[in-house]
Amino acid sequence: MSEAIAAVGRRTLEVLRILGHHATFFLDLLRACPAALRRPYLVVAQIHAIGNLSLVIILASGLAVGFVLALQMYYALVTYGAAESLGLIVNLSLTRELGPVVTALLYAGRAGTSLTAEIGLMKAGEQLAAMDMMAVDPRSRVLAPRFLAGIVSMPILAILFSSIGILGAYVVAVLLIGVDAGNFWSIMQSGVDVRRDIGNGIVKSIVFGFICTFIALYQGYEAEATPEGVAHGTTRTVVISSLGVLMMDFVLTALMFSTP
Amino acid sequence: MGKKSVEMLVGIFVLLGMAGLVFLALKAANLGTFSGGDTYTLRAYFDNIGALKVRAPVRSAGVTVGRVASIKLDPKLYQGVVELAIQRDVQFPTDSSLRILTSGLLGDQYIGVEPGASEKMWAPGDEIKHTQSAVVLESLISQFLFNKAADAGAAPAPAASSPGGGKK
Repeated sequence: MSEAIAAVGRRTLEVLRILGHHATFFLDLLRACPAALRRPYLVVAQIHAIGNLSLVIILASGLAVGFVLALQMYYALVTYGAAESLGLIVNLSLTRELGPVVTALLYAGRAGTSLTAEIGLMKAGEQLAAMDMMAVDPRSRVLAPRFLAGIVSMPILAILFSSIGILGAYVVAVLLIGVDAGNFWSIMQSGVDVRRDIGNGIVKSIVFGFICTFIALYQGYEAEATPEGVAHGTTRTVVISSLGVLMMDFVLTALMFSTP
Repeated sequence: MGKKSVEMLVGIFVLLGMAGLVFLALKAANLGTFSGGDTYTLRAYFDNIGALKVRAPVRSAGVTVGRVASIKLDPKLYQGVVELAIQRDVQFPTDSSLRILTSGLLGDQYIGVEPGASEKMWAPGDEIKHTQSAVVLESLISQFLFNKAADAGAAPAPAASSPGGGKK
């Protein structure tokens, strides 16, 4: 009996220790950001590595999601004689939910894993320790530029995902199925608000960029300095980022869109 | 890859993002439809605004000429006060009337303007009392049922049924 109670206590302390570790790492990261901003080229190079190189997968997925969404919604809506609302529904689903969330999931898989593996291997190869020896703070030199680049890249990727998804829906709905183009755009325009729908979608994607990049950096930096350790860290990056994004999406949706 | 070309690629990436944002704001949302500057305001009083919403269109002959800017309740008259932002180049005679209409059977509600014949035009800030409320489906149905019941009570024999079905 006392053994079971002790196990609960041990588990609680373990969770608290991990939370505290995250928090101190986060504060260190924030403290390192101003130093990274003084060398903007480091951030630019990371935006290239994180943003530019994720562009193809984001655009391809956005186009595919737009196609499928338009096709599915058309079959559902046409039975109610409301096929013209297709554009509105596709736009709201993309800018509010699918754009930020799917972009974040793809980002965790494409950019998050490479961040974790890169930093984990730097640690395993004792590059970070070497930097420390040379009085170069690896946080401001390696981690902070990647963190800032992630926060900048994610909203841009999400915006492009939504845009190309809407264009994809236009191609399927208007060019292939033959929904009226004027209605497609005008019903969309009258139903989508810039601040409420598009603005909140961008806020969401900034939060997701924050979460995904932070988790990827933490898992890389705290990975065991062995091949298995890096592999574990990479896996955990995808799992924790995806779950975190989906949970956070529910919270943000409840906060942003609960009032009509 | 050289420093210059990386900066170039990142610049293209950021510009692409901005272009996407402009596309979303202007083509896929309502920012481009009415730029607030060249409109004037009218205030209309309705007994019942139904499900009218802010930013609903104002149409005359089916053409969108403005937007609903705000909706409030007048605390003295207990009427809905609807502020309309009408495009500056569109003017209506002072004896025009406003109705709240529905696009399609279950679509969104909008304000329809029936132009009058007066020589004078509405000036910015004018108050409009000549309005027709939204049709509330529940009251329409209950009225219809009430009429039916009254008809059935007045004329139990089917041969003597009056043309009461048409009157509301």
